[in-house]
Amino acid sequence: MLTYALRRLLLAIPTLLLISLFIFLMVDLAPGSPMSEIPRSIPPETRARMIAALGADQPVFVRYLLWLKQFFVVEPAYLIDGWFGTSLGGDQQRILSWQSRAPVFDVIGDRLGRTMTVVGAGYVIAAAIALPIGIYSAYRQYSWFDQLGTFVAMIGYSVPTFFTGVLLIVIFAVNLGWFPSYYDASLKVKDFASLSRQVWQMALPVTVIALFHAAEISRYTRSSMLDTLGQDYVRTARAKGALEQTVVIKHALRNAMIPVITVLALGMPSIFGGSIIVEQVFKINGIGGALIGAIVASDLPMVQTLTFIFAALIVFFNLVADLLYGMMDPRIRYD
Amino acid sequence: MKRTQILWMGTALAMLGLPALAGGRGTDGELRITFPQATSTLNPYLSSGTKDVYAASMVLEPLAGFDENGAVYPRLVSEIPSKENGGISADNMSITWKLIPGVKWSDGTPLTAADVVFTGAYCNETDSGCAQAFKFDGIEKIEAVDDLTVKITFAAPKANPFNAFVGSQTPILQKAQFENCMGAAAAACTEQNFAPIGTGPFRVTGFSVNDLVQYEANPEYRDAAKPEFATAMIKGGGDSIASARGVMETGEFDYAWNAQINPELQAQMVAAGKGQFIMGFGTNIERLELNLTDPSPDLAEGERSTAKYPNPRLSDVRVRRALSMALDRTALNDIGYGAGGSPNCNIVPAPAFYASDNTGCLTQDIEGAKALLDEAGWKDTDGDGVRDKDGMPLKLLYQTTVNPVRQDFQALIKGWWAEIGVETELKSIDPGVFFGGDPASPDTAEKFYADVEMHANNFDGTDPEAYLAALTTDKAPRPETNWIGTNYNRYANPDYDAISAKLAQTFDMNERAAIAKQMNDMLTKDGMVILPLILRGNLSAMSNTLAGVKVNAWDSEMWNVAQWSRVK
Repeated sequence: MLTYALRRLLLAIPTLLLISLFIFLMVDLAPGSPMSEIPRSIPPETRARMIAALGADQPVFVRYLLWLKQFFVVEPAYLIDGWFGTSLGGDQQRILSWQSRAPVFDVIGDRLGRTMTVVGAGYVIAAAIALPIGIYSAYRQYSWFDQLGTFVAMIGYSVPTFFTGVLLIVIFAVNLGWFPSYYDASLKVKDFASLSRQVWQMALPVTVIALFHAAEISRYTRSSMLDTLGQDYVRTARAKGALEQTVVIKHALRNAMIPVITVLALGMPSIFGGSIIVEQVFKINGIGGALIGAIVASDLPMVQTLTFIFAALIVFFNLVADLLYGMMDPRIRYD
Repeated sequence: MKRTQILWMGTALAMLGLPALAGGRGTDGELRITFPQATSTLNPYLSSGTKDVYAASMVLEPLAGFDENGAVYPRLVSEIPSKENGGISADNMSITWKLIPGVKWSDGTPLTAADVVFTGAYCNETDSGCAQAFKFDGIEKIEAVDDLTVKITFAAPKANPFNAFVGSQTPILQKAQFENCMGAAAAACTEQNFAPIGTGPFRVTGFSVNDLVQYEANPEYRDAAKPEFATAMIKGGGDSIASARGVMETGEFDYAWNAQINPELQAQMVAAGKGQFIMGFGTNIERLELNLTDPSPDLAEGERSTAKYPNPRLSDVRVRRALSMALDRTALNDIGYGAGGSPNCNIVPAPAFYASDNTGCLTQDIEGAKALLDEAGWKDTDGDGVRDKDGMPLKLLYQTTVNPVRQDFQALIKGWWAEIGVETELKSIDPGVFFGGDPASPDTAEKFYADVEMHANNFDGTDPEAYLAALTTDKAPRPETNWIGTNYNRYANPDYDAISAKLAQTFDMNERAAIAKQMNDMLTKDGMVILPLILRGNLSAMSNTLAGVKVNAWDSEMWNVAQWSRVK
């Protein structure tokens, strides 16, 4: 198992390098200019100077190599400096956003917590409600509960989040005035009052995210559960007189969980990546919001760094899913 | 209790209440503002994005600003320099500003002439990519005569000396704070750029990039009773509809800048009764630009859309005039902008002093347009509904950016032109590409590989000299200039070039206005090179609980934020 993990990690290095090159070229070849957002009254000479100051006029491979160096050498050095108070980074140039001229990783650090709180809460709640629904739906297949669950899951899965989000805002923020439509990132949780305000402002976005993910997870759980409930060993367990509870929880559920956990693990990068649309709708300004803002403003260093981090997370959680699979299913051995 | 006693008590209570009614610094709680685009930096010399300039204007101040009528008014100086008070030299070669004594930065240190001189040097440092460099054009040197006097000397006589340090784009930075941020170091000074020390009514207490700016009242602000708000915040993100909704429907915010939404939604939101829309009209004109050169794809790259080949259809002024006559600008405005715009025929629509009285384009004249095309020799000989001449159909390519209002305009205009026998092919381009100016892209406004393009443009401040000079022959984008240039139309008229040069040499205000009007008319009603459509206002939303807001299209909308207060 360990050698397998190591082999996969080593293999990930060329994969990620290749991904980073592809992303860089794609982002670079996409049309657009960091100067397209500034007022029209700024004359061309001033624009040209601003582009030169960003380094955006350098050839593409020079910028790619510089980015590689900054991402893999300079930024880790600064990270270590931050932890241990060393000064490895010196005065080397970090990856700077073209929009704000701030280090990209400072912006990410600022927003990651916010994204993980909201999107993570949505994901956890989704899993918490989806698993029981999926299990019971499979156990009582074609019952009214199953039909209802299927109906709600279909709605959750097929109605886009930009629609449910705006719908919830119009109903609960505009008409009823119960919840805010803007997420206030300056709110610090110190006491019970601020905690309840935090829960309050998270309610709508978390609902939207949870509905979407719960739909997906509950369908997976249901179908996986249906598969196992029809297996011979379940019939055997029943035949030997095991309690119904034991049959469902021990014999069926444990085996049914294997593919579900894979799905859950593969969904993890989205917690870090944020939900671009939900963040935009509720003005959460997390990682997803940073990405969309950077794309609109052609802020290449920001887009490049974020997409690469997402790619790395996907590669990593794929590995995690594979390893989990090996641990839970004795039939699968990697050595 | 006797009646007089009650009266007395009432008076006493009223007197107790008086100080609260009159306000005072920090008595009004939090001022909540939202922008559809979030603020990226608070240093306007690194970003000229309006969202950044406005957010910085709560903190940083220029020497003088523009008031709601576009007139220059003093902020950090005791008076506006003029020939009469000796502030502007007789030969127009220099301007001298006198700072108000005793103004302090928010850290308690005094503002001096050295800070002004430093700010000029900071922007002029070549590799900082100063976003406001053009405001310092033509300045030879900026010097401190004494602690409170700054003298700016120009390289040549300057008709309009109110450029540098006038308006929110070029505020004064504190020398002590930015001293080590010159040139290439400018970008690395994140701490300074995100919390500049200023002389304005607020100071920065927190900044989260592209999200939220937090302020508190500046304890050193020169008016001891202002600002009345104790704290302020600007939340960015979402879109114009969400911003407008935040003020007009949910009441989460007091003020929303750039709440540009369609007339139907405006009416719906006003009905909620929480706020109102306010409009500031500056010089932003939505217009059709006509390409006087041939954009045909059959021509070789490098010759396409260049002066080498005149446009076979649009070179005739009668065709251009017919295209303008076919437009119903009022209908366009009703659909796209409503109260947020007004039909207009000038490219210099304001200030009133410079605006031509040209209103001839406001009435649609389809029959007149048809007659004019007949006269020009464009007739429908093959009966397909499209006019032609020498076997060439009167067919135009009309491009603009992806934007719902602009696509509505395109569809309407295509319909009107079809009525007069002109076939139009429509094209819409991502705004990032269209305005991006990438010389490698065929879809930029500069390359203009189309016959007609629609966009909006305005000029900075209140003087149109540079804006009108943008249409001189030498400013045409072409391969030799790497497709950089502001004369998108490839307008080449020696008379216009001559009069533009004359404007730069004219110092009498009335004479300048006469020349500017003449240039405006050459481009619009006489030349029909640019077809102005709509004067677009800046639509902002304001809560009914906010007082003191004066909408201003010439400077930051937060120009008088020190006077804003809560309705009691």
